Amino acid sequence: MAIKERMSGNEAIAYAMKQINPDVMPAFPITPSTELPQMVSNYIANGEMDTEFIPVESEHSAMSAAIGASSAGARTMTATSSAGLAFMWEVLYVAASNRLPIAMAVVNRALSGPININCEHSDSMGARDSGWLQIYAENNQEAYDNFLQAYRIAEHKDVKLPIMICQDGFIISHGVQNIELLEDDKVKNFVGEYHPEHYLLKEDEVCSVGPYAITNFGMEGKKAQAHAMDSAKKVILDVAAEFEKVSGRKYGLYEGYELEDAEYVIVAIGSVCGTIKDAIDELRSQGVKAGLMKVRVFRPFPAEEFTDAIKGAKAVAIMDRAESYSSQGGPLGSELMAAMYRGHLKAEAINIVYGLCGRDVNVAEIREVYAQLKDIEKNGAAGREYQYLGLRD
Amino acid sequence: METKFEFKEIQSRPERLAPGHRMCAGCGGTIAVRNVLKALHPGDKAVIGNATGCLEVSTFTYPYTAYEDSYIHNAFENAGATMSGVETAYNALKKRGRIKENYKFITFGGDGGTYDIGFQSLSGAMERGHDMVYVCYDNGAYMNTGIQRSSATPMYADTTTTPAGKCSAGKTQYRKDLAAIIAEHKVPYVGQTTFIGNMKDLYTKAEKAIYTPGPAFLNIMAPCPRGWRYDAPSIINICKLGVETCYWPLFEVIEGKWILSYEPKEKLPIEEFLKTQGRFKHLFKKENEHLIAEYQKEVDKRWEQLKERCGA
Repeated sequence: MAIKERMSGNEAIAYAMKQINPDVMPAFPITPSTELPQMVSNYIANGEMDTEFIPVESEHSAMSAAIGASSAGARTMTATSSAGLAFMWEVLYVAASNRLPIAMAVVNRALSGPININCEHSDSMGARDSGWLQIYAENNQEAYDNFLQAYRIAEHKDVKLPIMICQDGFIISHGVQNIELLEDDKVKNFVGEYHPEHYLLKEDEVCSVGPYAITNFGMEGKKAQAHAMDSAKKVILDVAAEFEKVSGRKYGLYEGYELEDAEYVIVAIGSVCGTIKDAIDELRSQGVKAGLMKVRVFRPFPAEEFTDAIKGAKAVAIMDRAESYSSQGGPLGSELMAAMYRGHLKAEAINIVYGLCGRDVNVAEIREVYAQLKDIEKNGAAGREYQYLGLRD
Repeated sequence: METKFEFKEIQSRPERLAPGHRMCAGCGGTIAVRNVLKALHPGDKAVIGNATGCLEVSTFTYPYTAYEDSYIHNAFENAGATMSGVETAYNALKKRGRIKENYKFITFGGDGGTYDIGFQSLSGAMERGHDMVYVCYDNGAYMNTGIQRSSATPMYADTTTTPAGKCSAGKTQYRKDLAAIIAEHKVPYVGQTTFIGNMKDLYTKAEKAIYTPGPAFLNIMAPCPRGWRYDAPSIINICKLGVETCYWPLFEVIEGKWILSYEPKEKLPIEEFLKTQGRFKHLFKKENEHLIAEYQKEVDKRWEQLKERCGA
C-alpha cells in the first residue's frame, strides 16, 4: 500500500534520495535547495542511508566532484538553485559531454540581480543548452515521482546523459502538500542497480575521461550527444509507463488539462499550472473552451508532440517564468513558436512573461489571459505578442 | 614513513606516461609526471587526474592517450574537486563491495591551475581530507595560453602580461608561497622539490606523498623552455641553480613538522639563477642592477624564514 504523507517538495525529493540511496552526493548550500543536502546529511547521520556525502566548498566543486564520482563509476546526485547552478555552468557541459548520468535536483530560483531568493525559471532555462535532460514538476508529488524516474532515464544505454529534476522554489520546495510515497522495496526494484559500461575504477580495464578533441573528432561527439537527447524522448515515455505500473500515476512529455477540445490554450511549466487549472474549471463552467498544456519535459524539447497537442487551438498563450532578453519573449515562447511554425500551425500565439522574482499569479489574472486569447482570435495579436503579466503600474 | 631509493630498479620500472605524447622537448612538466608516477609501486593501481593545461592537451588528444592508468581531466580550475569525487566514489564502491582492489589518486596541475584559478578547489580537497596527492608542476606562468603571469611567476620575469619594456621591469610581485599555504591546511604531507641529481629528492617525496594516508601536496619546479627561454639541455643546470641560490628551497612538512631537505654549503647569488633564462635578460642592463640587489634581499629574507621554520 502506498504511504500517505504530508510533505514539502524538498522533503519529498530528499525522501526519494534516501530511497534510492545513490553512491555519492557532493553538494553546497544555497536557498531554496539547502534543505536537500541537510536532509540527506541527517538521514546519513541517523543510519537511514549510506551515500557518501561530500560537503564541497562551492557549487562549481559540487559539479566537478560529481563528474569525478560519476566517471569513477558511482551513481551520483547533487542539488542546487539559482546562482549555484550558474556557478556550475562550465562543468554542466563537461558532465553532459562525458555522458555522465548524474541526477541533480534543481530548486528553481531567480538569478541575480537584484538578488532574490524566490521562484523563477531563469536558472535552469539558462542551462537549457548545456546538454542536460530537464523535467519539471507542478507539485511535490510530481517532484518526487520525477526524481524516482531520473536514473532510469539518465542511465539508459540509449541516453547516458545527466538530468535536472526541477521544482519551483518555495512554492513547491517549501509548500507542504499531501503526497503518496512508494514503499522502499518498490523504489529499489523500480530504480535498480547501476552498472556502467566503462568507468575509471573498473578493475579489468583502464579508462580515460575528458579528452582534448579538436576539429577532426570533436563534432562527432556533439552529434552523438544530440542523438542521445533525441533518443531520450522514447525512454522517458517507456520509464513513465513502467512507473505507472508501480505507482498508478501517469506521466508523459506533457500533461493536457481540458486540452482535447480546447479553443484557447495556455502552455506553461511548473506550479502556475495549478492556478491555471482552477481558472479553467471556472471558465469551463461558463462554457469557455479553455485548456492547458503543461510542459513536463523541456529537454529534449518534444516539438512534434507539443504542436500535435495544441493543433486544435484557435489562440495560444505561452507562459515563461524567465526572461531571455532577446526582445522576442522567453525561452519556452521562442522554442514553441518555432515548433508551431515547423508544424504549420495557424493559431495565433502570444508569449507572456510572468512571476519573475517570485511575483505571485492569481486565478483572476489567468482568466484575463484567456479573455485576451478570445479577443486575439477575433482581432489578432498585433502589439500583444510579447507581454508581461502582473506588472505594477 | 621509510622510503628506499634504488636508482636502477626505479628507473627500470615501466613508464606510466607513455612516449608519443606531444609535449615540447625539454619540458619540465613531463619529467615531473614520469618521475612522480615512478614512485607508484609496481602493480599498484592508480587514477591520474589533470587540470587543463599543456600537459592535458598534449597527453590526451582524442583518440590517443599517453596514460597507462585510468585518467580524468575535467576543467582548468577543478582538478582538486574532481579527484575528491573520484576518491569518494572509490570509498563508496569499496564500502558496497563493488570493487576489491586498492587504488591511489594523483592529480597534476600547472601553477595557473593550482596557485590561481584552481586554488579554492585545491584548498577544499585538502581541507576535507581526501586520500589523494595533488602535484603542482610549477613552471611559473600560464604556459599553455602563451606565457601569461601567474601568482607563481617569479619577480621581474618578462611574461606576455607583464612584459619588460621602457616603463616596466616585468612582474612586480614576488611569487606566492603555495607549499606553505597548503602546509597550513595541516595536511599530513607537503613536499617541495625539483629535478636534482638522480631524482632521489623528487622520488622520495613523491613516494611519501602517495603512500601517506590522507591529502598530500607536492610542489615541483618544472622549467618550461618556451616560457623561461633557455636551451632544452640546460634544464638540469637551471634546477640546480634554483636550489643552490635558495630561490627554490627543497623542504617537506610532515605532520606539521618542517624539514629542510638540503642546505647549500655556499649559497650562490641569485643572478646565477636569473642569468640562465631569457625571461630575466632585462635585469642585466646597467640601469637595472638595483633590481637584482632587491631580488637578492627577498630571496635571503624568505630563505631565513624557511630555515627558522625548519629549525635549521
